[in-house]
Amino acid sequence: MTNRSKMVSRFGYFLLTIPVLLFIYLPVAWLLISSTSTRAELLTVPLDWIPANPSLQNYSDILFSGSEASDAAIVFKTTLRNSFVVASSVTAISLFFGSLAAYALVRIQFRFRKGLLYGILGTRMIPEISLVIPLYIIASQLRILNTPYVLIATYLSFTLPFAIWLMASFFETIPIELEDAARIDGCSWLETLFKIILPISSPGLISTGLFVFLLAWDEFFFALIFTSNEAAKTVPVAIAEFTGRYVVDITAMMTGGVLAALPPVILALVFQRYIVRGLTAGAVKG
Amino acid sequence: MKIIVNLNKGLKPLAQAVNAIPIFGKYMQRTSKSTRLSLQAQNNRIGWLLVLPSLLIILAVTAQPILSTFYLSFFDASTSPNLPREFIGLENYTDLMTNRVFWATIQRTLYFMVVSVGLELLLGMGIAQLLHTRPFGWQFLRISLIIPWALPTIVNGAMWRWIYNADYGALNALLQQLGIIKSYVPWLIDPARAMNLVILADIWHTVPFVALVLQAALATLPAEMEEAAAVDGANAWQRFWRIRLPLLRPAILVILIIRSVEAFRVFDIVYVVTNGGPAFGTVTASYLTYQETFTYGKLGSGAALSFMISVVTLIVAFFYIRFLYRPGENA
Repeated sequence: MTNRSKMVSRFGYFLLTIPVLLFIYLPVAWLLISSTSTRAELLTVPLDWIPANPSLQNYSDILFSGSEASDAAIVFKTTLRNSFVVASSVTAISLFFGSLAAYALVRIQFRFRKGLLYGILGTRMIPEISLVIPLYIIASQLRILNTPYVLIATYLSFTLPFAIWLMASFFETIPIELEDAARIDGCSWLETLFKIILPISSPGLISTGLFVFLLAWDEFFFALIFTSNEAAKTVPVAIAEFTGRYVVDITAMMTGGVLAALPPVILALVFQRYIVRGLTAGAVKG
Repeated sequence: MKIIVNLNKGLKPLAQAVNAIPIFGKYMQRTSKSTRLSLQAQNNRIGWLLVLPSLLIILAVTAQPILSTFYLSFFDASTSPNLPREFIGLENYTDLMTNRVFWATIQRTLYFMVVSVGLELLLGMGIAQLLHTRPFGWQFLRISLIIPWALPTIVNGAMWRWIYNADYGALNALLQQLGIIKSYVPWLIDPARAMNLVILADIWHTVPFVALVLQAALATLPAEMEEAAAVDGANAWQRFWRIRLPLLRPAILVILIIRSVEAFRVFDIVYVVTNGGPAFGTVTASYLTYQETFTYGKLGSGAALSFMISVVTLIVAFFYIRFLYRPGENA
């Protein structure tokens, strides 16, 4: 191919990226515009796309309003905190126990290893809906319904197998010679794990931690069933409740949506290298 | 890089602390010398020790509940604690099998699964190929893909619900100002159209995942084969179908299965965008189970439904593990 035709085709491909970018950014732009407009501006026909006086009033209404704040706004702040508590706890627990299990499953030849590995991977495929009734009954007997504990415990049903699976695929990429050397030098399995393997697996730990956090932050179904008020309700439930009311709440819903989206989107953008690595480790192997 | 270094520093005291606990440190070796445990016995002990906490958690929150669900599906049980449970054998299942609503729901769910996964794969493949040609600004496009992917499902649903709004929605405003429609259309009033619009919202959210995975897979492919084929006179189309696509087969298979399982149990986006409406037109299998269990309080029949969903997903999971976890073993 000549240089010139190469340039032409590169430019042609560039033109093709434009509709993709529009498809991505038009809805996002509308989400952001809706959150910085007033209700009256959004409810005009024909619609003016750009608000006359874009402002962050909706955000300050939700985040900083004092006693005059609406109930919905006060509840929303609490749900943000609940989501953080639940997602962080789930991430810490899944990472700790998940990497211990994953290491054993890929590196230590113990009895029933294969069966355990496949069994744990298989549980990833069980839908939440077929766990929810018994979990509800148990949680109500333990009197932990509508607390963060019930969400932390039940979220582990999908985050822990996921963490094990992802960490296992990371551990497999670590050259076994490294461990053999450590073992010959007299390290026990656990010393090898904590002194050799985990430090060089920190990219894997970061990837796994990110994915688990995003999964827990995104979760809706268990939160919908197990929580009923601000004691434990998470952000997705709060946003879904806005949709139950009519368009009157549209600015609150969109502002809440942006606030709920910020933590995962920022995390994913900042750590995008780890995200891509995680996607490929999990999905594209061999 | 900074983070990695800091993490390493952070792990050192942790490792020292762990070593201070007898069983985690030299202790294992001393016992192995003194009691002359065989290597295999030692491996068994350590292996199970490491797996045990996870295993107990998984048994408690996954295995036990799924078995209870199965058990419950043979009873006529309701959410009201005062009503006695009555064993009715397979009646919940036979009732479902002879119920038109059930089959219509399965059909709808399969439609959602096939159309959304199919389109995601097509679009994702297109975007991945586009990224692979490294056009001007491709890195910006790749970063941009992360935004819809990271957006929480419920926020995505709320956003599209507002876009589709019949009286003030952005879709109506855009199409009218472009002259495509004369007056505002109540998009979510027709069941078939509502389903397609839910699929569109789902596609927007999930295409980036497909595109990013395929792009990463493409980047690992050797370029020599295609170059050699080009020298031999194969055009771009032939190179794609004969070389690139077969090499991408493992990645495509993983995506197909992960996404199919997820799409078959779709709930969140339906709940937010349409609430299953209009006229039950977007009720999927999971949504039907939710209604049966929590709206109508029929625990037994809800359990039967959800157990059937698990069976379908586990069949897919079986293929997933069998063919994908270690592709080498099956070759």
